[in-house]
Amino acid sequence: MSNKKVLVHPYIPNSVPEVKAKMLEEIGVENIETLYEDIPNHLRFKGQLNLPDALYSEYDLKRHIDQILSKNKTSTEYISFLGGGCWQHYVPAICDEINQRSEFLTAYAGEPYEDHGRFHALFEYESMMGEILDMDVVNVPTYDWGQAASTSIRMAERITNRSEILISKFISPERLAIIQNYCQPVMDIRLVECHLNTGGVNLEDLNAKISSKTAGFYFENPSYLGNIEDQGKIISDILHEVGALSIVGVDPISLGVLVPPSNYGADIVCGDIQGLGIHMQFGGGLAGFIASRDEEQFVMEYPSRLFGITSTEVEGEWGFGDVTYGRTSFDKREQGKEFVGTMAALWGITTGVYLALMGPQGMQELGKLILQKSQYAMQKISEIEGLNAPLFQSSHFKEFVVDFSGTGKTVEQINKFLLEKGVFGGKNLSNEFIELGECALYCITEIHTKENVERLVQALTECLNR
Amino acid sequence: MKLRTNFHQAKWDEPIIFELSTKGERGILLPEIDKEIEETVGDGLSSIPKIMRRKEAPQLPELSQMRVLKHYLRLSQENLGADLNIDIGQGTCTMKYSPKINEQFATSPKLTELHPNQDESTVQGILEIIYKTDIFLREISGLDNFTFQPGGGSQAILAMASLIRAYHDFNEESVKKDEIITTIFSHPSDAAAAAVKGFKIITIYPNEDGLPDLEALRTAVSERTAGLLITNPEDTGIFNAEIVNFTQTIHDAGGICGYDQANANGILGIARAKEAGFDMCFFNLHKTFSSPHGCGGPATGALGVTKKLKDYLPVPLVDFNENTYYLNYNVPNSIGKVRGYYGVIPAVLRAYAWIMSLGSEGLKEASRIAVLNNNYLLYKILQIRGASAPYAKGRHRIEQVRYSWEDLTNETGVTTEDITNRMIDFGFHMWSSHHPFIVQQPMTLEPTESYSKSEIDEYIAGLKKVVEEAYNNPKIVKNAPHNSVVHKIKTESLDDPTRWAITWRAYLKKWKK
Repeated sequence: MSNKKVLVHPYIPNSVPEVKAKMLEEIGVENIETLYEDIPNHLRFKGQLNLPDALYSEYDLKRHIDQILSKNKTSTEYISFLGGGCWQHYVPAICDEINQRSEFLTAYAGEPYEDHGRFHALFEYESMMGEILDMDVVNVPTYDWGQAASTSIRMAERITNRSEILISKFISPERLAIIQNYCQPVMDIRLVECHLNTGGVNLEDLNAKISSKTAGFYFENPSYLGNIEDQGKIISDILHEVGALSIVGVDPISLGVLVPPSNYGADIVCGDIQGLGIHMQFGGGLAGFIASRDEEQFVMEYPSRLFGITSTEVEGEWGFGDVTYGRTSFDKREQGKEFVGTMAALWGITTGVYLALMGPQGMQELGKLILQKSQYAMQKISEIEGLNAPLFQSSHFKEFVVDFSGTGKTVEQINKFLLEKGVFGGKNLSNEFIELGECALYCITEIHTKENVERLVQALTECLNR
Repeated sequence: MKLRTNFHQAKWDEPIIFELSTKGERGILLPEIDKEIEETVGDGLSSIPKIMRRKEAPQLPELSQMRVLKHYLRLSQENLGADLNIDIGQGTCTMKYSPKINEQFATSPKLTELHPNQDESTVQGILEIIYKTDIFLREISGLDNFTFQPGGGSQAILAMASLIRAYHDFNEESVKKDEIITTIFSHPSDAAAAAVKGFKIITIYPNEDGLPDLEALRTAVSERTAGLLITNPEDTGIFNAEIVNFTQTIHDAGGICGYDQANANGILGIARAKEAGFDMCFFNLHKTFSSPHGCGGPATGALGVTKKLKDYLPVPLVDFNENTYYLNYNVPNSIGKVRGYYGVIPAVLRAYAWIMSLGSEGLKEASRIAVLNNNYLLYKILQIRGASAPYAKGRHRIEQVRYSWEDLTNETGVTTEDITNRMIDFGFHMWSSHHPFIVQQPMTLEPTESYSKSEIDEYIAGLKKVVEEAYNNPKIVKNAPHNSVVHKIKTESLDDPTRWAITWRAYLKKWKK
């Protein structure tokens, strides 16, 4: 349709001229322009927005977008070993089926009556996460792990009434940047060293930095670099001795085989659910969780929606609603706890579906598969002369550091070569953790096959022999 | 006009998923481990220190696949998305139509299977989409650079507050510049997210015309003023023609002006942040630009700034260099990050597609029709007994109106909450939270451009019916809903620490002991 003709757009039903005229007539106004009487001339945008010609036909639009998207090369077309905060796991078909349902996809903020389904599904999400975390309170998801960690830290600040937070050095630098911005200028952040040989938290440094001013210590397990921290109990004890909280970030997909942080003294646990049924989406699939014990002093410090179960006037009917809505900024503006708004609820529903499909056996088997495959990859990579994997003398889950320092080549050069071979090499760490030298973070999940690893090994060997 | 008096929402009386569990059932199976791998590394578990091995499996429910599907399909049917109802009762951010073709794009493996750390050469398509959407929004706002990192409007506000702080820090004024001014009819997060960044919040209340009081602003402004976070039009739908005096007053005091344009639905191509003197603005792509709301996210607060603030934006920006799109981390005074990676990219793709499907003329038409629909609705509702539209009597409104049922409540005892619950019985959604209730018994309606005249008429017929009942048979309204998924919910336990239950395991401990 050209601009000269009257535009009746399928997304705008009342663009039909006769309907428009009838509505104007009914309200006694000559033209739509009159309705904008309150916007003075000096504030009016004059002229046309400089935008490309519209693609009114759905087919034209599809052709246009498909053509642009076709320029992307995906992690299924290539073999990818990228992780580090966004992971390639298998997404069961039913996860997509449910989150594409119009009823969930297009709902906003209905009441617990006509949107009963949303409350019910998110309560179940909280409940199933509670089982894998072994904790009684889980929030409706926030934006991502970075936000979940930031809020966990701010909760600790309010609970302890202390403003200093210690953070383990081996967390994702991106996540640290989010935390730093979120805490500045209210809290002081001090980093605690990790051992370069094991990757574990340096307890001496923790002991040196902890004091009666410490609100808590935040560390991750497995760490950003994949090593499993086995000093959790000792760390929590050190913290509790001075009245500080133990805050642990965890990859929930590890919890079929790894002990949940609550079992080694964590007071607040957080992380990302992207791996549990959500596609990577160029990083768009992130969603953060926060969990704690069911104690009033913790519950009252959540900024998030917390959906609770209750009954109705009719016997045997489940009802749901917001637990302590009065905490929230919806109710109290700046007097509420931090803020709440549109965050990542659909991914919470999706992760509920995922956990229901996996069940206890699925989560155990998945964890085991990931351990076996990643251990196999580490072993095969280590067999290549000059390579060392894992860098740390520690057990690992899903991710591990490959040390290329002895090869005379940079990670950048190696990844470039791998790309030509159809492989996305591990994430380059040489700028993130300079002290580690030329290293890369490799990620192996249940989707990787023996052949994938063999192809990687072959490509690496070829690259290093050049 | 047919009102759906025989409506009944799907009601499955669905159990909690744990009640559906049968020991041993499986929902999905995983790949078998390759024999050679197992022979090489063993069971994988033995390498983990004993104290780190989970001894008992998590107590998740056990269900076969179809049972899981059925359970969630039933729950979905017990939810009234915008695709199914006339959603104009959402108000403040009513969902418009989210075109299904855009869902095809957003769920294409060409996007969903991209890892954010892939080599830039392999993601040129999606970077192009991000870059061009930035260019489009620059045009629509008049500002100079956008970031899509914030994962919703509230996070965009947090980012704005962070930029304000970073700007004053850099210019060494932060010690005294510690106050943010907002208005009571701006979103709660304009106050709450700014407070997270350590600012003291000053809230301006409306004058008798319903507009933020300029005199109150002038009194509030001082050398401590760091910035202004404000909506225009506010939730009342009244356009503040004096907005330039607000931004000027703040600028004179050395402050930064942030425009909450989460909902810009009435003024696309009509009025812009630039001409109103703002240094920043954000658009909710999951509102004004058609991305669906997903029950509360994932979402995008697309944040734009003028040149003055570009150097403070979160990293990376997406830029274009001759023939390549790339991630630009060279932002000298960056606040760092507010969300992981680059934002909720499917929302950006949908916004791009939506803008392309309308063009300049279509965007303007969307706004014009949204405003026509709103004023048609206003005209009709003012004819309903017990309803009023406080402030700006006889004036037209932009995209929404905050109405009041105060008269109806005084005359019948029926409240906004009761009306909300009764409207459900005719298949309509209405949102009731507009705290604090400056407008008594508030109801905020926003029709957007997506609903036809006959649908708007149907919504009005619903309200008329409920009002008629309020005067003649208030009981039926007070006890509503009758035809929804569940009946009146007992809410007392939700505020009682000994009874509230946020997980099933907590429920079993507290209610079944």
